Amino acid sequence: MSSGTPSGDRYLDFVNGPVGGLLAKRLGLPTPVRLVRNGDRAAKARPVLVGAAKGARLLSALAVNFAGQHVVSFYHHDAESWREAAEEHGLMSGRFGERSGRVGALVFDASGIETVDGLGALYRFFHDSIRAVCPNGRILVLSIPPESAGTAEAAAVQRGLEGFTRSLGKEARRAIAVQLIEVAPGAEAAIGSTLRFFLSPGSAYVSGQVVRIDAESGQYASGTTRRTVLVTGAAQGIGAAIAELFSARGDQVVVLDVPAMADKVAETATRLNGVGLPLDITAADAADAVLQHARSCGGFDVVVHNAGITRDRTIARMERAGWDEVMAVNLRAPLRITEKLLAGGGLRPNGRIVCVSSMSGIAGNPGQTNYALTKAALIGLVKRLAPAAREAGATINAVAPGFIETRMTAAIPFMVREAGRRLNAMGQGGRPVDVAEAIAWLADRDSYGVNGQTIRVCGQSLLGA
Amino acid sequence: MLSAAAPRRVAIIGGSRIPFARANTAYAELSNSDMLAGALQALVDRFDLHGQRLGEVVAGAVLKHARDINLTRECVFSTTLSHETPAYDIQQACGTGLEAAILVANKIALGQIDCGIAGGVDTVSDAPIALNDGLRKTLLRAGRARSVGGRIAAFGGARPSMLKPELPRNAEIRTGLSMGEHCELMARRWNIARADQDALAVASHRNLHAAYEAGYLNSLVVPFEGLSRDNNLRPDIDPGKIAAMKPVFDRRAGTLTAANSTPLTDGAAVVLLASEDWARERGLPILAYLRAGEAAAVDFVRGDEGLLMAPVHAVPRMLSKLGLSLQDFDFYEIHEAFAAQVLCTLAAWEDAEYARERLGLAEPPGAIDRAKMNMWGGSLATGHPFAATGGRILASLATMIDRRGSGRGLISVCAAAGQGVVAVIEK
Ligand SMILES: NC(=O)c1ccc[n+]([C@@H]2O[C@H](COP(=O)([O-])OP(=O)(O)OC[C@H]3O[C@@H](n4cnc5c(N)ncnc54)[C@H](O)[C@@H]3O)[C@@H](O)[C@H]2O)c1
Repeated sequence: MSSGTPSGDRYLDFVNGPVGGLLAKRLGLPTPVRLVRNGDRAAKARPVLVGAAKGARLLSALAVNFAGQHVVSFYHHDAESWREAAEEHGLMSGRFGERSGRVGALVFDASGIETVDGLGALYRFFHDSIRAVCPNGRILVLSIPPESAGTAEAAAVQRGLEGFTRSLGKEARRAIAVQLIEVAPGAEAAIGSTLRFFLSPGSAYVSGQVVRIDAESGQYASGTTRRTVLVTGAAQGIGAAIAELFSARGDQVVVLDVPAMADKVAETATRLNGVGLPLDITAADAADAVLQHARSCGGFDVVVHNAGITRDRTIARMERAGWDEVMAVNLRAPLRITEKLLAGGGLRPNGRIVCVSSMSGIAGNPGQTNYALTKAALIGLVKRLAPAAREAGATINAVAPGFIETRMTAAIPFMVREAGRRLNAMGQGGRPVDVAEAIAWLADRDSYGVNGQTIRVCGQSLLGA
Repeated sequence: MLSAAAPRRVAIIGGSRIPFARANTAYAELSNSDMLAGALQALVDRFDLHGQRLGEVVAGAVLKHARDINLTRECVFSTTLSHETPAYDIQQACGTGLEAAILVANKIALGQIDCGIAGGVDTVSDAPIALNDGLRKTLLRAGRARSVGGRIAAFGGARPSMLKPELPRNAEIRTGLSMGEHCELMARRWNIARADQDALAVASHRNLHAAYEAGYLNSLVVPFEGLSRDNNLRPDIDPGKIAAMKPVFDRRAGTLTAANSTPLTDGAAVVLLASEDWARERGLPILAYLRAGEAAAVDFVRGDEGLLMAPVHAVPRMLSKLGLSLQDFDFYEIHEAFAAQVLCTLAAWEDAEYARERLGLAEPPGAIDRAKMNMWGGSLATGHPFAATGGRILASLATMIDRRGSGRGLISVCAAAGQGVVAVIEK
């Protein structure tokens, strides 16, 4: 959808119109900025402003990734080392100053900060530069996993960066997304796909996240062959958007949904030039059927556990069936299928598994004890299975969507829906494609270093950790 | 004037420029000082010259405000260079930038200084607007009057028409013709076809775009005021549209259009020059050496020579001193004031009769390999902030030679009032 088309969010359209914009300003109403996504009218590529604290370890990896992508950069006056790194890799760069104009992103390498005093560099950089970021801009702070720090003080300040970035995300506004990227020593060369995603329009609705990169891709380097991607619950909603994105990027999608939706499965599969797989994932032989399909096509490269249901009731009013169905679809099925695929060789080398969790599983929601349990359980599942996945040369992660504009959310009563929409740093709901983009990043061939994590796609919801 | 034991080689260390912007666009609100200081500071940053006292900084602008009597020196104060670095302004129309480099290079060669910066800047957006000459004279007369009555009497001579300001004109004082009109005359004299001019313009855009895409200009250009490439560049230039454009200087029979003539442009460029020892002591790279420079002028007023033909004379004069032929080059940088100017220059060098009668040469200098000309684009695509063009070309050509490892390049820049400045650089 282009940035000019209506979003289904009347207020967002209103305050982004000529009259509404003025009115909202006068009345002091919140004025969410329309998110720019992939495929929207290409915004002008703007330079990246780079900052670094002394001892920064990631500048050369950063420069390698910027080279060849025509990234034009500025360096903050504290970060002369970036000028050298940029020059060495043939990048255009200049010193940041009053004539630099607006920048599209700030990237600060905090990996060298080991003391409380050292944090002053962080203050100086953001104090000087935050106003230069244009709307829909990006802010990335690069750090090291706190537990890999050499001293208690270093571990504390590195962990402190999490509070810093989350607060920055809440005050930056103007659709600016902020993330903390922890890069483990030795994994510097693996930051490419993560850097690309979080600097791209694809990450528009992801903010306030902590991402860890802790391994190099090693033998599982990037390839170019067409991949086979299984998406469960793909006949409609978010699942369909996921299948669409992978298909648009040239992958072969396997569209799985309940047999009752067989027509829609076939229709979607045909439209996406993929394969339909009508199957109830709660059926007794479902895991076997999925493995069999995997074997018939030489294994899946990517599996997205998206199928999910709600049976909302407070625990006192909830029927046993509502409890059981949610457990079966949202938790037992992905669990069994994943175990089967990993054990039975249904996943190809450098494979990817992504579970669709939910903000409910993180923050909790009245009436969703069952649903939130299953969504939180997926977070535990990916964490526990991560080492095994890596041993198999694969990764397993989860995304936790917040308020996504779908059929499901359109049915919510207006006031509750308004609250859900606005209570995040972006001041608006996300779209199915935002979830799909995050999954595509986790499933990227070069995202081998991201494993066992749960990334929220929630516009930095004000609720939850 | 030789202050060293013997003349020294002059090294080109590097250059910095801001992206060039069409007049009244990105730099509309900036002054010459803003832009020149921006380019200078970028060069200082790049070679870590903070706090260093250089031999001198020489630059200029063609369009200059009266208040900018010490434009270059004032810009030094705006940078982190040692404020004890001397500076002066020069002005030789579009030859300013290259002439500045020749002046600095001469002092380095003679041992008077070890290093220096040369460059230029121009803004058409912030051009000086002069008081109408009648009003100015009235004001001066009133200022000289001793009595109140005398002052009133002086103002009695004022006319409303005097309130009309005088805008700087791109016209030759002695002929009243604009530079474009002069170039039309040249194009007619040398039978330069419209299609050839358009083809040169298209090549200029394509070459410049390719150079940016390849990253060749990354060490030469610094992002500034929201630009990171010259905003006159049309990466997807459409030859069909270029061919359909109407001539601008001679609407009936002309061949010069807005596409095959340079646009009015704002921008600044500077180059760092030094002795080899100075560069080596600091571990700085040597891109190439400035070997020779020459200026020439033609009498386009009474003689029947074209206004922009001076480089045609300057180049063979310089080459004969060096014992080089026009074909002894790996790169040619011929400033594209107008596509027609470049093509007239090439045609004149190939013309035996012209060589005999005008250049005093038994043999014409001959043809050049066009594939070696303006390989990273020329002024038609980049734009042409008059005094900044010399610095842009010098630094680009030195970088080309450095990338190749060795080689020789020729620079030719035509200038208003029938002048031309040319140079040879090599490594
Ligand atoms: N919409 C949101 O705001 C939101 C927020 C957080 C998380 N989620 C999660 O995203 C996922 C997709 O949600 P959606 O809004 O697109 O829902 P949806 O109801 O539109 O789509 C879910 C699909 O899963 C399929 N499905 C259900 N049970 C199945 C089974 N047993 N076997 C096979 N397929 C089955 C359904 O037929 C349906 O097509 C769900 O896991 C949901 O929990 C959604």
